[in-house]
Amino acid sequence: MSDSSTQGSERLNALLRKRQFRSRLFEWVCAGVTGLAVVILALLLQDVFVDGYRWVDAQFLNSFPSRFPEKAGIKSALVGTLWLVSFTALIAIPTGVLAAIYLEEYAPKNRLTHFIEINIANLAGVPSIVFGILGLAIFVRFFGLGRSVIAGALTMSLLILPVIIIAAKEAIRSVPNSLRLAAFALGATRWQVIRAHVLPSALPGILTGIILALSRAIGETAPLIMIGALTFVAFLPESPMDEFTALPIQIFNWTARPQETFHELAAGGIIVLLTVLLLMNAIAVYIRYRGSKK
Amino acid sequence: MSTLNPILNAKNLSIFYGDNEAVKSISLPIYERKITAIIGPSGCGKSTFLRSLNRMNDFIDGVTHKGEILFNDENLYHDSVDPVEVRLRIGMVFQKANPFPKSIFRNVAWGPNINGFEGNSELRVENALKQAALWEEVADRLDDSALNLSGGQQQRLCIARALAMEPEVILMDEPCSALDPVSTARIEDLLFELKQKFTIVIVTHNMQQAARVSDYTAFMENGVLVEFGETDQVFTRPKESRTEEYVTGRFG
Repeated sequence: MSDSSTQGSERLNALLRKRQFRSRLFEWVCAGVTGLAVVILALLLQDVFVDGYRWVDAQFLNSFPSRFPEKAGIKSALVGTLWLVSFTALIAIPTGVLAAIYLEEYAPKNRLTHFIEINIANLAGVPSIVFGILGLAIFVRFFGLGRSVIAGALTMSLLILPVIIIAAKEAIRSVPNSLRLAAFALGATRWQVIRAHVLPSALPGILTGIILALSRAIGETAPLIMIGALTFVAFLPESPMDEFTALPIQIFNWTARPQETFHELAAGGIIVLLTVLLLMNAIAVYIRYRGSKK
Repeated sequence: MSTLNPILNAKNLSIFYGDNEAVKSISLPIYERKITAIIGPSGCGKSTFLRSLNRMNDFIDGVTHKGEILFNDENLYHDSVDPVEVRLRIGMVFQKANPFPKSIFRNVAWGPNINGFEGNSELRVENALKQAALWEEVADRLDDSALNLSGGQQQRLCIARALAMEPEVILMDEPCSALDPVSTARIEDLLFELKQKFTIVIVTHNMQQAARVSDYTAFMENGVLVEFGETDQVFTRPKESRTEEYVTGRFG
């Protein structure tokens, strides 16, 4: 009896060791993959910084592009990007958030709504160059907006709208339904329920989605090339109808030059672009942190 | 009982989820300033029936109604009736406490505020919290988040929130099912106080609770109203054998 039970517990122990080994193995694989991603990112950043850090100074930020690398700067590109992102935000945020509110709170759950939702999800996966072609055909040519800030912002808005809608929908959906019912039971109208309870609860998620979408807009190059944003701009836009350039375009332009110094300038431009992106993501993290603390 | 005037009166009410008839042609009066308990096994349609009394079923897809519910002699489901106004006058307390993630004060004040109440909010909140027997526990921390309260306190806050609207009827959907016996006893004591001013309909799984607190009891099974009468009679001298089997615990 005792013999067989010791044997049994030995077998059990062996099995347990095997299971724990597997569990640890999975942990190692996950940690390894994460580490690999971090190392590759660090190498990329290091490469960029070594090439570009010498160029990033006040003169670089404050000068227009030039044939002479030592005089060249990214003023027009940086300002152009800020214009572009501001107008993209003005167009895409209200449209996207309102569409998400409609789809989650008002739209009947029928096949048409389902069809629309699937298509929005599909649009989020469409290559950005396709949106560029659309922008060129519709905004630049058909509406005659030319290669203006507003044409670029409209094109970028189309590109990031699906992302904003999906993020806002997720945030709105994660608001517990019991909260809505509690408010309705107090004689609230649908708008009062949305305004006082759904939106405040969903706000951190919505804002995070917006910032990530705008970050994407900042980094996009292809649609801007498509709609013909300029590559050599020695002036600042003064109205949404003015022509413009943007950081990724300027970087792309510099990397295409044969001279080595311009490649270093491009690295400097990347540092500026990354800084802008990091700032925006930091804002998103901060908002989320504040939202979760409440 | 025949001399009493029903404030709510369901007449041949049927409720469908799609094609499935969850409540089958129920006729049931709810008397003013009395506590009416609705008992029955899970899935018998008692919660569905309760939600139909202040049109909360409107928020569930595919629910349709047949028959009528008279509220002061007006059909709640008539086209001319605004469901928002119905819910102003007929409040609801849910199975699981669902306070807003806001301060205790704003939880109670919000309902009156959105409905254009312009009087003294502080007084109104204080009164509601006193009626819900919560005032003494929270008087010095009205600005704290409601989510920091215990489960029993949260449920009493939800009752206070409903009371602040000064509704004519309060519907309670198993309000004690997630609470410990002490909190449950507090809420049951509260119900005795509240029926001085309000009409209460309470759905409960707990037959002792129904027997203790209610004046009238309705027993439902499979969507059918098996028996309705004064609570004493239903529990001690039920007319239907199914009722007797249920209240004596032989099934359900």
